[in-house]
Order: sequence, then C-alpha cells, then structure tokens
Amino acid sequence: MRGAWFQRYSILPGFWGSLGLSMLYLSLIVLVPLSAIFLKTASMTWPRFWSAVTSPAVVASYRLTFGASLGAALVNAFFGFLVAWVLARYSFPGKKLVDALVDLPFALPTAVAGIALTSLYSENGWVGRRLAPFGIHVAFTPLGVLVALIFIGLPFVVRSVQPVLEGADREIEEAAASLGANRWQVFSRVVFPIVRPALLAGFAMAFARALGEYGSVIFISGNMPMRTQITPLLIVAKLEQFDYAGAAALAVVMLAASFVLLLAINLLGSYSRKFMESP
Amino acid sequence: MKLTALLMIAVGAASLSAGAVRLLNVSYDPTRELYQNINAAFVKQWKAKTGVDVVISQSHGGSGSQARSVIDGLQADVVTLALAYDIDAIAEKAGLLPKNWQSRLPDNSSPFTSTIVFLVRKGNPKRIKDWNDLVRPGISVITPNPKTSGGARWNYLAAWGYALRQSNNDESKAKDFVARLYKNVPVLDSGARGATTTFVQRGIGDVLIAWENEAFLAINELGKDKLELIVPSVSILAEPPVAVLDKIAARHGTAAVAKAYLEFLYSPEGQEIAARNYYRPRSKEIAAKYDSQFPHLTLFTVDEVFGGWQKAQKKHFDEGGTFDQIYQPGR
Repeated sequence: MRGAWFQRYSILPGFWGSLGLSMLYLSLIVLVPLSAIFLKTASMTWPRFWSAVTSPAVVASYRLTFGASLGAALVNAFFGFLVAWVLARYSFPGKKLVDALVDLPFALPTAVAGIALTSLYSENGWVGRRLAPFGIHVAFTPLGVLVALIFIGLPFVVRSVQPVLEGADREIEEAAASLGANRWQVFSRVVFPIVRPALLAGFAMAFARALGEYGSVIFISGNMPMRTQITPLLIVAKLEQFDYAGAAALAVVMLAASFVLLLAINLLGSYSRKFMESP
Repeated sequence: MKLTALLMIAVGAASLSAGAVRLLNVSYDPTRELYQNINAAFVKQWKAKTGVDVVISQSHGGSGSQARSVIDGLQADVVTLALAYDIDAIAEKAGLLPKNWQSRLPDNSSPFTSTIVFLVRKGNPKRIKDWNDLVRPGISVITPNPKTSGGARWNYLAAWGYALRQSNNDESKAKDFVARLYKNVPVLDSGARGATTTFVQRGIGDVLIAWENEAFLAINELGKDKLELIVPSVSILAEPPVAVLDKIAARHGTAAVAKAYLEFLYSPEGQEIAARNYYRPRSKEIAAKYDSQFPHLTLFTVDEVFGGWQKAQKKHFDEGGTFDQIYQPGR
C-alpha cells in the first residue's frame, strides 16, 4: 500500500490534492529562490568559496549575528513570557491598548525602528546621555545590535505563548494546589510544561527573525569591520561591488546554519510535546 | 534599499500627451536637486526645438546599488553615476553599452566635477585645517563605508592621495596614515546621506568628509550658524560620469533624445545649472563666472595617482584589499 508511509486520518477527501498544492506552493515561494542562491555559488571554486566565507571580517560577523540573535531571543523568551502572562492572566485598564502595542514591532518599518533607537541611544540621545556617565555605550556597539534585535523579536514570543496561556485549563492548577503543591511547584510542574512548546516555537521565530534582520541593525550598529558588522551587511557590501557569487556564498552559510539551528529547536519542541503527552 | 526602486516622477502626469517620449535617468544619491532643475530646462528646450514632449523620470540611490539594478534589468535610458567603475560594471556584466563608453563624450564623459571637502562644527572648535588633522588622537571623523558607498571611495582615495604626496609616494606610509584616520571613525554609515545625517542631525563626530556639493547643501539648509566648510590643501578631482545605455535606448526608440539630454549637460545652460547646484562646471566661461563660489585647491585625479578605477577598486576595496587590511586585528 502506498498509503502506508502517509498518515491519513481525515474523513474529508482531498489529501493528495492539498498535499500536491502545498508542495507546489512551497517550491515556488521558498525552494526556487533559495536554490537560485545555491546555483549562484556553484560558479565558485571550492578554495574561493572557502576563503570568501572564512575571511576574518566575515567570521567576526557570524559571531555577532548569531550571538546577538541568540541573546535577543533569550531575553525575549523571558520578557515575552512575562508580557504574555500579564496579558493572559490579569485584567487592568488599558489592557487592549497594551495588547495592540505588542504587535507594533511587526508593523513598523525596521529602518524607522533603527533610526529611532539610534537617536535614543546615541551619546547625545535621550537614553544614551544618561547611560554614558556609567560607561555604558549602546549605539554603535554590539550592545546596540542586541537592543535592536530584542525590539523586533518581542511579538513572536508573546503571540505564541499568550493563546496557550489563555487556553490552559485553570482547574489543573487548582487541583495541583489542593493536592499540596506550593506556588513554585504549580508553576514549574504544571504551567510551564504546558507552555514550553509554544515558548520554544516563539523563541525559534524570534531567533530566525533576528538572524535575517537588516534594516534596524545597520543604523544602530555603526557597521565597524570586525566589531559591529552583521553578516547581512557584508552580503549587501559584496553586492554593491558586484561580487554576486561572494554574496551568495555568505547567504548559503547563513541559510545552512539557520536551517540546522531551527531544525534543532523544532526537534526540541516536538520532544517537549511528546514528553507532555506521555508523562 | 527598497526606496531606490521608487521612481521620482519629475514631470507631472498632466503633460503625458500621446506623443510624449519617456526617458529614465538612473542616478546616485546627492544629484536629486540637480537633475530636477536640469530636467525642467531640457524638457522646455526639447519641446521648443522638436515639438515633442519628453517626460523624464529620475531614480536615486547609492551608486553601486543603482548600477546593480540596471544590470538586473531596470530600464534606464541614461545613467549618471558617482564613479566610472559602476558604469564599467554595467558595460561588462550586462553589455548594455560598449566598453569604450567613457571616450564617447568630452572630459571623460563627466560634464561637471566635484571634490571632497570637510564639514566641521561652527567656529571649528577642534581646529581642523587639513587631512593630517584627521589622524590626530581624539578627533572623531565621520565617513561612510567605502564597501557600500561610492562617495566614501572618493573620500578614501583622497586621503590616500594626500598621504602619498606627503611621503614622496611611500605606499606603506600612506596605508599607515589611512589606517590611523579610520581608527578615528566611530561609525561607518552605508551611504553618503546616512553619514551626513549622523554628523548633522545626531551631532556625532568633529568632522564629516563629504562631497563638496553635499557640504554646500547641508550648510544652506541648516544655516551657517551651525556648520562650517573647511577646504584641505589638496583633494581628489571627483568625476561623476554619464552615459547612454545604447541597447535600452534603441529598444525604447529614445537614442536621439537620450544623447541630446546628455549633451545638454555640456551646454552653457546645463553647465550653469550644474554650477548653481555646486557642481564644478567644465566650461571655462561658466567656471569663471562662478569662480568665487568654489574654493581653490590642488586636485589630483584617480587616473594620475591610482591608474584608473579598475586598479583602485582591486587594490583598495575588493576582498582582502587595503581597506580590509587596515581593520585586521593586531593593528
């Protein structure tokens, strides 16, 4: 039976049709443009590819891009969870407004965010002026990159965690409490496991979004070689100098690394879900 | 970046009559105001001469990314870019015009020139007079990234050329000088306009290295009470070139009007408009008329000092070039 490999639970017909259409759609929208990048690098020889993707400035940019993205996603996972918690569990005047505010980083053109953050955090900016006496410089340092990435990544965690928190059955928590669990135990043993897959998904999205971010970062980072250049900027720099293959080579490295990382996070998420289902 | 694709329609749609000819001029960042004036004058002149309406659209952005758009298929009838290297790339990669394009119009196909000067805060508190003041410890210099900005490449080569003159053409001394200069750069913006914003609006840095026309524009717009123009002893002669893209113009049937458009830039009227927009005219008469406007300084060309743009690009800005080297760790 050809169906042995596929799980067909649905009582509605149309599995093959919808699968075919989904695959066609994904191929056209995702796979074809991405494979064009790989084709472009095929014009390079191995040594050229290797030297393009391992030059010192490029390696420094990987460190910043992946490091700051990971840091921003971690910060967002914590504070995003907090925001989702507050929005899901409490009601207070202006809650609808706060709720809408969360989505703003989605809608704001990232260049606008970058310029606004830079103006705030540069040494004569409103916030930067107050931080400078303590020796804290945000704009034009790696810290600035982190700030920009935190800004654009926040909604992902909130929006993936919030519905799960809202849908969670409060009676389980009450049952746990009546069985003698203290508050920390209720949170760590009951609430958190329910939310964990959603939190991981939000974390993965925030991380992925940060890896690809360009517009806001180039304004606040200062783009100093070896220090505050992100990999997407180096890709643009290569394009400006008509080095298409070199730009594609960097893109390939970014793509491969992101794919592996996201796959790992997703596997972690499904492991966590299985863990939930069979205690 | 997406803004570069936005076309600014210079002439209102009202004049779009049936017989109108359309022309697309793909240019670089600071020429916006210049070509608005040029287009208005040319449209009038062409109408009077031939009775045909021309509608000229302008597109602006970083010179390199504009060239890339054209290579990737933007239907430009003429290109007016910041450096010859970018038009060379169009000839080489897309074959839209012959490789000897630069010899087809007078003066290396550059109807006007510009140079690189300094912009400092009012009163020049750090007493910056010449290039060697930029490498003093504690001076903060604003210039864009030469990897992403055409204007920044002129800045870089101007500093390099100055250092060569000071050291009797000692290349290692020149490299050391430029490395010290870039040590004083706290932010590398990706384009010339971005650098101007950083310096003027955000108030970062003691000195901005800028196009002469950008510097004049910034002073005029922000008032003479905030900024001051400083002219170094020597600088580079920036020759922004223009060219018709033969293949596209032939397809559009605009070859004649495109050629006339570029020739108009060399006419007394075109030269006068250029001078009024702070570009140095080639015409001796117009240059004499606007003599008091432009500071006098010694200017060297890319061909004289660097042996042309192809060589300069390869040596300084390509992967592993001098610009990459001065940022290597351990320096």
